[in-house]
Amino acid sequence: MKVWIPQPLRSYTQQQTHVVADGATLAELLADLDRRYPGIRFRMIDEQDGVRTHMRLFVNREPVASLATPLRDGDEVHIFQALSGG
Amino acid sequence: MTQPAPGPLALLVATRKGVWMLRSDAARRHFDPDGPHFLGHVIHHAVLDPRDRRTLLIAARTGHLGPTVFRSVDAGKRWQEASSPPAFRKAKAGETGRVVDHVFWLEPAHASEPGCWYAGTSPEGLFRSEDGGDTWAPVAGFNDHPRNAEWTKKEDLGTPDGPILHSIQIDPRNSRHLYISMSGIGGGVFESSDGGGDWKPMNAGCVVNFGPNPEPEVGHDPHCMRLHPLEPDLLYQQNHCGIYRMRRPEARWVRIGDNMPKDVGDIGFPIELHPRDPRTAWVFPMDGTDVWPRTSPDGKPAVYVTRDAGESWQRQDRGLPREQAWFTVRRQAMAVDARDPVGVYFGTTSGEVWGSASEGSEWSCLARHLPLIHSVETAEFAP
Repeated sequence: MKVWIPQPLRSYTQQQTHVVADGATLAELLADLDRRYPGIRFRMIDEQDGVRTHMRLFVNREPVASLATPLRDGDEVHIFQALSGG
Repeated sequence: MTQPAPGPLALLVATRKGVWMLRSDAARRHFDPDGPHFLGHVIHHAVLDPRDRRTLLIAARTGHLGPTVFRSVDAGKRWQEASSPPAFRKAKAGETGRVVDHVFWLEPAHASEPGCWYAGTSPEGLFRSEDGGDTWAPVAGFNDHPRNAEWTKKEDLGTPDGPILHSIQIDPRNSRHLYISMSGIGGGVFESSDGGGDWKPMNAGCVVNFGPNPEPEVGHDPHCMRLHPLEPDLLYQQNHCGIYRMRRPEARWVRIGDNMPKDVGDIGFPIELHPRDPRTAWVFPMDGTDVWPRTSPDGKPAVYVTRDAGESWQRQDRGLPREQAWFTVRRQAMAVDARDPVGVYFGTTSGEVWGSASEGSEWSCLARHLPLIHSVETAEFAP
């Protein structure tokens, strides 16, 4: 599946704007993403499996709140991060 | 204390937007800025391991990304992220889980434990690494202590950036004898004599002037606590409510800030100790009146030094601005080196670093126009 990476996390993906990762759920996909790009998951998902405050996840351009969200081949995942403050 | 062989001296300056290493010349008069490293990252602490004098750890997050630790084993040439940064254990069903917001304090463990480190976080958590900062585990004896909820978890009543665990101090005679401090309504100084397995508050004699009980067991706000490496039974504390000293085993804090000039007061964040003279300490007083401006009193910054363990204090402001300088120096933003005479340094929230190669008798500005400075540490790199 295609996963879009926000700019602040691209240091983990060698500056690639999108990468490939797999999983039957969003949780599995993020685990696979972390295997491929170690450390990336904890920067957006906390130790209680909560999505960090200013991060949002979209599947096929629809916002999703649960990491249990099922995924199918061909789905596209966007990781989105707010940039605010000074 | 063994005097380290001279090597390149640098100041590690951790700021709200990255890290700078200010590399000193031999006379400690000129400091070359090396940086920024990790530009844009919020860095609360940058520390050199004094045991190998090559390993550097920094506590980082960004505005919206989660917290982490970066490490270098070659004095800052290359950096790697911790593969398992400090994180609370996963909550059990029905339990409210805690989440590390940021790593605030990094402390090398005892000299007999090479590669071991402690980390203090916000909200208050204690973590330990045994592999040079690559992987971190919660110190369950504190994070899951039966009284932990009484001492912590007051997110809305902590410091403005969140309640913090700081001032991790290790008895040089015994690797298992630890102190921590916490700022917040349930806070204070705490001690463990079994390597972090159990903890007890240690706040007798310390007064709280902002609560209903003037001398509670917990509920204190230590800003910075230090033990002297040559006399580990001598502790100093810059508290929200004054400057204190404790001698063990008496275990009672005595307010030595009462000996400060009354028009300056004894409120501040940092306190630093002379590495070879347990009776000498430096503080940076701030305005703790009215709504707590936390700036230099009357806009006239000065360091104060005691040479007699707090019985008297002398003002040190030669070279500092005479007026209209509204410095704030945070609890980790003052440091000393181990040279003779001792170098004393501090960084301000307005991005200036000041230093004295003469134990505070004269100051010069070493860097300016940096971002808000969270911490300053001295680093005596291996030759």
